[in-house]
This record gives sequence, structure tokens and C-alpha cells, in this order.
Amino acid sequence: MAYSDKVIDHYENPRNVGSFSKDEPDVGTGIVGAPECGDVMKLQLKINDAGVIEDARFKTFGCGSAIASSSYVTELVKGKSLEDALTIKNTQIVEDLSLPPVKIHCSVLAEDAIKAAISDWKKRHGESLEAGSKPADKAASNQ
Amino acid sequence: MGRVIYMDNHATTPMDPRVLEAMLPYFTDKFGNAASRNHQFGWDAEAAVDQARDQMGRLINAKAKEIIFTSGATESDNLAIKGVVEFYKDKGNHIITAVTEHKAILDTCKALERTGKARVTYLPVDQQGLIDPDDVRKAITDKTILISIMHANNEIGTIHPLREIGKIAKEKNIIFHSDATQGVGKIPVDVEGMGIDLMSFTAHKLYGPKGCGALYVRSKGPRVRLTPMMDGGGHERGMRSGTLNVPGIVGFGKACELAGAEMETETARQLQLRERLHEGLFSQLDELYLNGHPTQRLPGNLNVSFAFVEGESLLMGLKDVAVSSGSACTSATLEPSYVLKALGVGDDLAHTSIRFGLGRFNTQEEVDRVIERVVHEVRRLRDMSPLYEMAKEGVDLKSFQWARE
Repeated sequence: MAYSDKVIDHYENPRNVGSFSKDEPDVGTGIVGAPECGDVMKLQLKINDAGVIEDARFKTFGCGSAIASSSYVTELVKGKSLEDALTIKNTQIVEDLSLPPVKIHCSVLAEDAIKAAISDWKKRHGESLEAGSKPADKAASNQ
Repeated sequence: MGRVIYMDNHATTPMDPRVLEAMLPYFTDKFGNAASRNHQFGWDAEAAVDQARDQMGRLINAKAKEIIFTSGATESDNLAIKGVVEFYKDKGNHIITAVTEHKAILDTCKALERTGKARVTYLPVDQQGLIDPDDVRKAITDKTILISIMHANNEIGTIHPLREIGKIAKEKNIIFHSDATQGVGKIPVDVEGMGIDLMSFTAHKLYGPKGCGALYVRSKGPRVRLTPMMDGGGHERGMRSGTLNVPGIVGFGKACELAGAEMETETARQLQLRERLHEGLFSQLDELYLNGHPTQRLPGNLNVSFAFVEGESLLMGLKDVAVSSGSACTSATLEPSYVLKALGVGDDLAHTSIRFGLGRFNTQEEVDRVIERVVHEVRRLRDMSPLYEMAKEGVDLKSFQWARE
């Protein structure tokens, strides 16, 4: 199977690989997929008080397209508000990375990872952040 | 990027230049049809085919006339199984085979089950991929007409105890077929000593041309009969009609001759290279798992799971090395290797498996280069792997609550 140039670029030069400490109050962590399915993505978002994603990190176990998809979304979400980040659809990832049909699940996983990371952050800040308002107390952290 | 190193010799092998040289005249000057009985062109072709049968027979301890030419091992497997089921249908309809057989066997058996022509027992294997001959014995019924067990497995290289199974088949008067595609030319094959009645093999796995296979069909003790799959001119003792692929057959014969002459030294050489590869990888990386049998395996085979690194992503990184993976992402079915699954290897580790297939033309320099490249890529991908990180933090990945799709 031939990979698109963009997939190869993200695979060979992945952006924002690494981890934030899960205990940092402004970090939301999403882990999606399962080892026996051959794909696990961990996406971490650093979200400021204004509800804007300031930074992102990922680690991915999966094929080249899964690695590229997660690397790509770390770039995509940076600087976005939570609402805007939640509008990112897997189809956009498919299009931008020219993923073939058999790799669509990689893009779905990447979309899920964004949602999971934001949901984790929200949970840790109480459910009060429906519209990007001031985050709730740090005590809500479940980590 | 320099030259790509080919280390996928279970998939196919490059032709040996000596084989090509033997074949060339039969494309041009000696183009005759081996079935033409009344002129020099036909006689030359027939003589060449006879010589090839002889070379092949010598490698597997068979008589020349017991070699039936086909288009490849898949056709040989189909002909053997369907041919026996059809011809011996009054005797019974039960086949015994194993779960780790090649798809050419498994799918042929499934097709026969679907059409109600056969009942099939798929024997399990142990954690190293070995069949227990006792299981074969226990599976036999009064309706059993065929036992089909491969010689060496194409993914993990495990070599089955054919001699013992052949003995049981003889004792019970059941036809014994073996798909020896991976074994012939690599390890000793003796159809007499092993009690094999039918055996599939193919030229392109032993440095011969593609599109040229063979089925050994025992002529005596017992004489095995087959219903042909194609109707036609009655070539090959009536079992496989069609004009013979003379250049291919000449190449097949030459390839068998070379494999037999060089087997001893080549086996020793490949074993040494494989041990070097094994040692080089296992001494530098942690969490590696050998798939298959530690000793009962093809000299050129090494199958390793690189835990926490998905196979396809590793192959993508190893773009200057040609190997293959049991990862679902590299298979047409999107399922990880059914062979590894049969060994009890979990899907998580099956996704991380790589098959190295060493061959005649691999060198020690290449092995060293492959070790270096694999170690580098595995480290890079593990740095990127959430699973490796979690495992190092002491998270139990088996009990972790995964958010499945």
C-alpha cells in the first residue's frame, strides 16, 4: 500500500510526541483504542482557564496512518477553543492526510481521542464548563 | 536510501542465476511442446522435462514419473484434496488437517465442507505450533480418506513430525498429503521415509521461477488415484491436462538439483545467520517474544513479536528492509495472523509480529544492517508508544479498561 506524502511526513517527523503529567490540573488525557485491536492513542491537551487548548502531546501504538492521524490532530487542536476542537470531524483528517478507506478507522480514533481528552479535562473541572467558562475547582480531578 | 535488503524468502525467493541460465534456451531455440511425439522439437522438450522430473525426484526420494506438474502449490493442494475427495468418495468423506495450514489447504477444505462433499477435522497445535501425532490418530474415523499436514509452517517455520504422522496414516491405510512448499529444498524431504502419498511444492520458493508447481503422487504402495480438476489432453498421467511449461519445469529441476547439492552447507550458513539475527535483536531490545518452536523450525525463519510496536508501523519504518508482519493492518482480512492466534499468541502481540525469512542470497552484512535498523526503529516507535510507557509505569495492560471503538 502506498502512503500519502503527508502520512509519511507525520510518521517520520511526528509533531508533539510525548506526555504531560496526568496530574497537572490543566491537562486532559484521552486514551482510546485497545492493544488487541492494534491501535491505542493517547492524546493529552493542556487547556487554559479561558478554555483554549494551549498545547498537545500524543503517543500512539498503531499503524503509520494512526501515528500520522494523531500527530496531525495535535497540530490541528492547538490554539482552538474546546467548542471548536469538538467540531473536528474524522472526515477532515481523512481528507487532509489522504487516508485510504481501510485507514478511516485511524481518523475515527483520532477524533475520539480529542473528545476523550476534553471530556477528561471537563470531568476534572466539574461539569460546569459547557461553554468554555471558568473551570471549576481542581478538587474535581479524578486522577 | 540504498539498496533494499530482501529478507522475505518465505513469500518468494529470487531466481538463482544458474536456474535462469538453464531455462533460457527453452524460451527460444528449444521451444517445442513436450507432448509433440513426432519431431525433434518435441523430443528435446520432453527430454528436458524428463531430466527435470529426475532432478526433482532425487531431491525428495521419489520416482521421476511420480511428479505431476501444476501452476504452483495452490493448484497442487487443490488437486490433491479435491482429487482425493472426488475419487475416493465411495470410501469416505472425512479429512484431517490442522488449523495452521496455509489458506490453500484451509479454504479448499472449507469449500468442500460448504458443498457437503467432505467433513473436516482441524487439529489444534501447541504453543510452539506443533501438531501432536496422537491427535491425528484420535481424529481418525472409518470415514477418514485423507490426512493433510504441512511440512513446515510459512509464518513461524515450525516443522511438523511428518514421519510419525505418515506411520499412522500407513497403519490406518489413509492417504497422507503434505504441503511441503516451505520445506522442499530447505530441509531434507523423503517421501518414502516419511510415508507421504501426495506432496505439494513449488519452484519459486527454492530459487526457481514462479508459475511452476508440482504434486508428487505415489505410484506404488499404494497407487494413489485422483480425479482431475481440468479436462483436456490427458497430460501428466491424466491428472493434470495442459501443455507443460517447459522452461519453468527446466528451472524447477535445476533449482531442485542445486538445493539438494548445497543443502548441508546452506543450512549451516543460514542457521548461523539466523542465530546472529536472533541474538542481535534480543540482546539489544527488551520485551521481545519468539513465535514458533526454538529448534524444530526452518533454518531461515525467525518470527518475533516486538511488544508495544504495531507491525505495520515498524514495516513502514523499515523501508530499506523487506520483511513481513502478522499485523492485521498488513493482511487482506484485517485480522491478525490466524497462525499466531492458533499458538495462543494474543491479538495484542500478534499485531506486533515480524517474520524474517533468510535465504540463499542474504549475507552477514545484511543481517547486521537489519539488526541495526530494527533496533533503531523499535526504539523510536516505543518512545512513541503509550503501551510501552504504561508498561514501564507498571500499568497492567491486560486489566486496564480500554475505551474500545
